[in-house]
Amino acid sequence: MQDTIAAISTPLGSGGVGMVRLSGPAARQVADRIFRSRRGDILSAAGYTALYGRAFTPGEQPEEIDEAVALVFAAPASYTGEDVVELSVHGGVYLVRKLLRAALSAGARLAQPGEFTRRAFENGKLDLAQAESVMQLIGAQGEDALRAALSGRRGAVSRRVGEIKEKLLAVAAAMAAWADYPDEDIPALEAQTLQKELADILADIKGLLSTYDGGRALREGVETVIAGRPNVGKSTLMNLLAGCQRSIVTPEAGTTRDVVEEDVLLGDVRLRLADTAGLRQTADAIEAMGVDIARERLASAGLILAVFDASLPLEDEDRKLLALLSGRPAVAVVNKTDLPVRLDLTELERTGCPVVQIAAGAGRGMEELRQAVEQVAGVAGLDPAAGILASERQRDCLAAAGESVREALDALEMGTTLDAVGVCLDDALHALLSLTGERVTNAVTDEVFKRFCVGK
Amino acid sequence: MGYFAGIYDVLVIGAGHAGIEASLAAARLGCRTAVFTINLDWVGNLPCNPSIGGTAKGHLVREIDALGGEMGKAADATFLQSRMLNRGKGPAVHSLRAQIDRRDYSTYMKHALEKQENLELRQAEIISLRPVSDADRRKVPELGDWPAEAPCWEAATRLGAVYYTRTVILATGTFLGGRIYVGDVSYEGGPDGTFAATALSASLKELQIPLRRFKTGTPARVHRRSIDFSRLEVQEGDDPVTPFSFTTKTPGKNWVVCHIAYTNQQTEAVIRANLHRSPLFSGKIEGVGPRYCPSIEDKIVRFPDKERHQLFIEPCGLHTEEMYLQGMSSSLPEDVQIAFYRTIQGLEHVQIMRNAYAIEYDCIDPQALSPTLECKSLPGFYGAGQFNGSSGYEEAAAQGLVAGINAARAVKGLPPVLFERSNSYIGTLVDDLVTKGCSDPYRMMTSRSEYRLLLRQDNADERLTPLGREIGLVDDAAWEAFQQRKAQKEAELARLRQTTLSPSAELNRLLVSRETSPMATGARLEELLRRPRVDYASLAPFDPGRPDLPADIQERVETEIKYAGYIKRQMAQVEEMRRLECRLLPDDADYLHIDGLRSEAREKLQKVMPRSIGQAARISGVSPADISVLLIWLEKRKQMDGGAEA
Repeated sequence: MQDTIAAISTPLGSGGVGMVRLSGPAARQVADRIFRSRRGDILSAAGYTALYGRAFTPGEQPEEIDEAVALVFAAPASYTGEDVVELSVHGGVYLVRKLLRAALSAGARLAQPGEFTRRAFENGKLDLAQAESVMQLIGAQGEDALRAALSGRRGAVSRRVGEIKEKLLAVAAAMAAWADYPDEDIPALEAQTLQKELADILADIKGLLSTYDGGRALREGVETVIAGRPNVGKSTLMNLLAGCQRSIVTPEAGTTRDVVEEDVLLGDVRLRLADTAGLRQTADAIEAMGVDIARERLASAGLILAVFDASLPLEDEDRKLLALLSGRPAVAVVNKTDLPVRLDLTELERTGCPVVQIAAGAGRGMEELRQAVEQVAGVAGLDPAAGILASERQRDCLAAAGESVREALDALEMGTTLDAVGVCLDDALHALLSLTGERVTNAVTDEVFKRFCVGK
Repeated sequence: MGYFAGIYDVLVIGAGHAGIEASLAAARLGCRTAVFTINLDWVGNLPCNPSIGGTAKGHLVREIDALGGEMGKAADATFLQSRMLNRGKGPAVHSLRAQIDRRDYSTYMKHALEKQENLELRQAEIISLRPVSDADRRKVPELGDWPAEAPCWEAATRLGAVYYTRTVILATGTFLGGRIYVGDVSYEGGPDGTFAATALSASLKELQIPLRRFKTGTPARVHRRSIDFSRLEVQEGDDPVTPFSFTTKTPGKNWVVCHIAYTNQQTEAVIRANLHRSPLFSGKIEGVGPRYCPSIEDKIVRFPDKERHQLFIEPCGLHTEEMYLQGMSSSLPEDVQIAFYRTIQGLEHVQIMRNAYAIEYDCIDPQALSPTLECKSLPGFYGAGQFNGSSGYEEAAAQGLVAGINAARAVKGLPPVLFERSNSYIGTLVDDLVTKGCSDPYRMMTSRSEYRLLLRQDNADERLTPLGREIGLVDDAAWEAFQQRKAQKEAELARLRQTTLSPSAELNRLLVSRETSPMATGARLEELLRRPRVDYASLAPFDPGRPDLPADIQERVETEIKYAGYIKRQMAQVEEMRRLECRLLPDDADYLHIDGLRSEAREKLQKVMPRSIGQAARISGVSPADISVLLIWLEKRKQMDGGAEA
């Protein structure tokens, strides 16, 4: 059976609406796991139905992504000829990518370049001329991919993946030699050693995976909300941030309309400072869905700068804000530290967020703020030259590899025989090698012959 | 000049392990079959180790047997010692291996061929092979009723006999262009002192097929009484013995033990001092040797840190004192061989009866073959075994069976039988050879299969016997026995699913002793068996309703329950792969002119001519983007064809 694929189908970073398209026999089921509407059910909706509702991350603790509109197309009356659901949210790279990731965790597979078109063609939805142009497109993408592979940044990712692959191959080869040469004088496989090696590999994979969010922060910026009571110095901080940046990064084309009012560079991190953009009245249908707000923005922000007045004790409004911070990517900014301090910092520290003392008026404490922001945004210690995952596809492959290594560890833990552990490792290698475009086919056998002295 | 000597449907050249299975299968399927060998006394010879099976190879033997082949039966009838390898490492890698009485085995196989209806066994050297054109064919009066479209091959012997055949299967082993190397001595020759088939080699070169040189080697055979066994480790066989064949009712017993010895620094010193006298290192041998079967000098050079290398001392038969030294193949000069063998503890006074040697031979690049093992450029011409670049008796027999079945089906106008990676090691072997090719002699390993937990040696019958029955190679008795086994297994699985055990102090003691949690309420037997350290046998005292089942059925039931999760996952992967295997590519595709393919992909595709998108995706040098292009090209072509018809 065909699997169900998903991809972002609007150009990233432009337009007020971003759309994720799902296609395949389970398109409705996948959409149903990440979208809820009071006005109808995606599973039973007729073709050409539009539903207004909310998009969530799937799983037991769903996290709201945004308001959304779902358009349902029933097979064969769709672009691909399969069941198709198109989910639209507010534009802007961050939300749309989050929606795509939700769709992937809900059971869809990331579409390959040209795959929607390919399916459309296979299902007789495109004519010859259109098909020819898709072939050219795929050819061109190959060229791009080649160029990208040669570029420094991608090279670094390949190197890190290569290191993980080498370790995994060594384990897989040891297992293969152990299975295929039982009478040979090769080192016995100890469950404990295996466990340690696999745990090591899993840690490496997680380390590289964690660069994905930080890497995105570097590339796309962090959606940042400055919050706090009136007169605590929000505006001063905003001006300071805007003013101290030598190089204001040009806002991404078209992004201004939905969320970002201003892009500022703090250290290496691009902060996309949000005020009430996206909340204003507009004729755009989806934007118009947006209602309230400060709170919602706060809930979806990639970074919260919560500002407090050092010269005054905490008030109720401050405490409400504090309550929202725990577990969120936030920095507690204590402003006006040039005045006599009457604020009790321990209550701020209890949130677990870094607490930074500044004097915005005097421009003091910006270095500390920068460090705190980099830490919270996940870019502290992130070395772009060391390789950062660049795409959903890479993240997908790596996550799948990690999952298989975890299964191998679980199997070991439970005392399952090593042949089953080996099968999990095969899967992990397969996922890893598809990340770099290599093939797994002979890799393990080649490794066995290289590493072990076996044979009659 | 030659004389007209006969007409066959299937003519097999070589009566080794490939030739035996090929000719038996073809004859059993009703084809007029002949098998030619250079020496009738070497039918089914084991010119290297006196053993059959081993990791992954044991799987192949079981599969051959499940399809109605002969190898497993012969091994069961003639084994000296049997062991199930890898017990405790999991069901996927259990592999049966047996020491074989090589004389008995050869006698058994020769007799099997002699007894087979429709099969003629001939001692003769085939010196030429050529396709006969329609025009030439009409000149031979005996070929008057030759079917118009059928290929016609002419095979001539050294003594002038000329045979005509619809199909020919090359199973020439190391005989084809064989050349022996011992130190700086080298001469034309086949294995075990036979002569090489050099004239045929020259004839094949005229067919424009891609021939190349591979090499292999074998250790010395030594006299039993010259070994001091008191200084060696003993390796015993299994008790009870598991047979290879699903049809063997009473497995035999072990007759012999094997011994283990080790090389030492002295051995290494002798070899190092004489490396310059090895034809491998002096460059005299051009042939590519197998990586998995390195000579002892190879091992010492490639793994200098290894302090000692292990060798096994294996008896060659019950009626001989010859002992085989597994792990010690060499092409060093005879005097050096004597010197280094004698450095080994227990072998200080060893007497060599046959020296070690390397042998170089001609074989085909298997990418020239289709998955039926027919040469793509030569209709009616099939290859099997070492001729196809593989190594090993079992790999050869498996290919012989595939080639024999498909040659017979081609003769009868039936569609080919293609084995899949997902249903057998046989399918994996054939696909690896014809799709990926091989750069050194190919040996089967369990790690070559991505579906190891499905392709177990224990369930080879479930995977393949229905296919064998359909082909016509599984007789009524074997078929009924298979159905009975299957019914027993399914009934027991159902019973384990339905039967609930109540908790008891004793049962909980067992569970705790197996590092799993005790039960508070009743649990089904199936659930208990799923726990990794709880086995079928241990639950017997708590399971009074258990039927008396054969050990292999018990094991299979246990495996299917315990590994159900992994099995299910692999089945899903198989489904995914089948989808691509079902997308067939046309035989007449011109990959060199498909827009969008990268040039490396064009060349590789044109060479392999894959049957399906799935096969294309396994060719190294064909990228996922190339596959996308192919899929679209395929659809475009389909639409154009549809348009032309309308």
